[in-house]
Amino acid sequence: MAEAATLQLVTANRLNDGKVIYFAGNGAWSAAIDKARLVEAKDGAALLAEAQAGPAPHPAVAPVLIDAGRENGRVVPATLRERIRAFGPTISDHRA
Amino acid sequence: MYRYDQFDRRFLEERVAQYRDQVRRRLAGELSEDEFRTLRLMNGLYLQLHAYMLRISIPYGTLSSAQLRGLAAVARRWDKGYGHFTTRQNMQFNWIRLEDTPDILAHLATVEMHGIQTSGNSFRNITTDPLAGVADDEIEDPRPYCEIIRQWAALHPEFSYLPRKFKFAVSAAAEDRAAVKIHDLGLYLRRNAQGEVGFTVLLGGGLGRTPLLGQVVRDFIPRRELLAYITACLRVYNEFGRRDNLHKARVKILVQSLGIEKMRAAVEAEYAAMGAEKEALALTDETVAAMKRFFAPPAYEDAASDGAALRRAVAAEPAFARWVKYNTQAHQQPGHAAALISLKPPGRPTGDCSAEQMELIADLADQLSFGEARVTHEQNVVLPHVRQSALYDLWMRLGTLGLATANVGLASDIIACPGLDYCSLATARSIPVAQDLAVLLARREEEIGKLAIKISGCINACGHHHVGDIGLLGLEKNGEEHYQITIGGGDREDAALGAIAGPAVPGAQVTAAVERLIDAYLRLRRDGEAFTATYRRVGMTPFKEALYVAR
Repeated sequence: MAEAATLQLVTANRLNDGKVIYFAGNGAWSAAIDKARLVEAKDGAALLAEAQAGPAPHPAVAPVLIDAGRENGRVVPATLRERIRAFGPTISDHRA
Repeated sequence: MYRYDQFDRRFLEERVAQYRDQVRRRLAGELSEDEFRTLRLMNGLYLQLHAYMLRISIPYGTLSSAQLRGLAAVARRWDKGYGHFTTRQNMQFNWIRLEDTPDILAHLATVEMHGIQTSGNSFRNITTDPLAGVADDEIEDPRPYCEIIRQWAALHPEFSYLPRKFKFAVSAAAEDRAAVKIHDLGLYLRRNAQGEVGFTVLLGGGLGRTPLLGQVVRDFIPRRELLAYITACLRVYNEFGRRDNLHKARVKILVQSLGIEKMRAAVEAEYAAMGAEKEALALTDETVAAMKRFFAPPAYEDAASDGAALRRAVAAEPAFARWVKYNTQAHQQPGHAAALISLKPPGRPTGDCSAEQMELIADLADQLSFGEARVTHEQNVVLPHVRQSALYDLWMRLGTLGLATANVGLASDIIACPGLDYCSLATARSIPVAQDLAVLLARREEEIGKLAIKISGCINACGHHHVGDIGLLGLEKNGEEHYQITIGGGDREDAALGAIAGPAVPGAQVTAAVERLIDAYLRLRRDGEAFTATYRRVGMTPFKEALYVAR
């Protein structure tokens, strides 16, 4: 069942290769969106601050807070842009 | 082609070494992203949605076979096996790792390529007619002048911090195949009544959120004065262009706000005040002659009798005849043709080229086209100098890797930016719309005839949608993709900006909407009339009715 996208998570690109990554909490980042730590919107700012913390070189470039929800047990971003970042490109033979 | 001298090579090697150290410091945490961003962008490295993207400059769209193989090596070794040709005749790699970029740039330097000035508020790659030195309507080959301007503009200290990016285009033929009027500064090479070569100079063209066509600032500047005059143009822009608002910083906004008369007066006053500097910048006959030697015509064989062999092959094979009809262009040299290689097989991503395809094109360039290829702003590739008797062999071999699609200039030959599938600025997808449209229209495109469909995934208009016969601008409305449709644009010497047809169409309906527009055109056109000619004759109303009423 789809759940309204009332939750938030932090995403960024990985420093060394640019790959899309998600903040999993406790200083860890994952390329799997299902590993992302989801919080209520009221806790979003604190999650972002936690994600941004840590010594240089920080593994994530430009972390941002985005809206997301759960659909059929999977974490799904609210916007098309973030869905494409998570699951795209959508091009039929993009050879990814 | 121009070949690097010892100074060029040493400069590029030093630049790569400098960049390698910058990357090392970034990865070690000695540079923050804010500190590093400008440095990577100065070498063409962007951070996009899925990865870093590396934009490689292809000066005036000319590539040697060695450079094609160099790009193929990057695609295979450091990307996912393919690259993407852009509407600025450049190449972009979409899946680049930061840690690999020093090695990539070092490799590209060995084939005289780089990503310098492919980003930032700098002179960008200078573009020109992909049929330069080939087309039979050409006054002179524009590439020597492009290379002279490139060298003048490269790392120009006075203009390294312009208000915004600056794009040049040059055309030297009767037909404008370089979209000169949509560039910040455009040059038309012309001869005056005395037969002397010079340039008509246009300023203030550009698309984006404020689309404007370039206007003539000087009807004829003699060749000798070219660099001095464009220096004056740049000085006026550098001094008076706005720096307070990113969206109003391009030279087109300055021209629009001053009006062309005041802009012309400002440029002429600046030019008059240059005094002795004009002489220092004078383009002497010796300088031009020396540069022209790099672009001397190849040693063509006598191929006057090739036409008969070509006619026999065309008569024998309809599929080849169709390819010759749409994908070859007349050549100055008897018995030769320019062959256009379509990177738009319907259903495939527009402008993408695999490493294997690049290598095949490089081999064919070596064997059939004096080692040279060109990139078009329509995201196709040209082999400029093919003997007509070799066209059949070329077509057969292109077909082995899906490069023989006979659709150049037709409805499935669509320009599209990377859009929301790759680009961090995009608001909607472009390539999937192009794929769907190409598949839909390919069946009917010979009936439709020449048609330019151009798609941009955001208001920045990299897909040139304003100057398509049919243009699509992808927008996000309430979280859903919509496409604003413009019609009646063109990017040739009679360039025009398309008119917005009405409210944006939801993404799921856009291919059907475009097909209704085309159906309306086929009903309305007279005697093979082109789309935009029909639009100019009948106006918007019947097209609008087809789009919004006939559903």
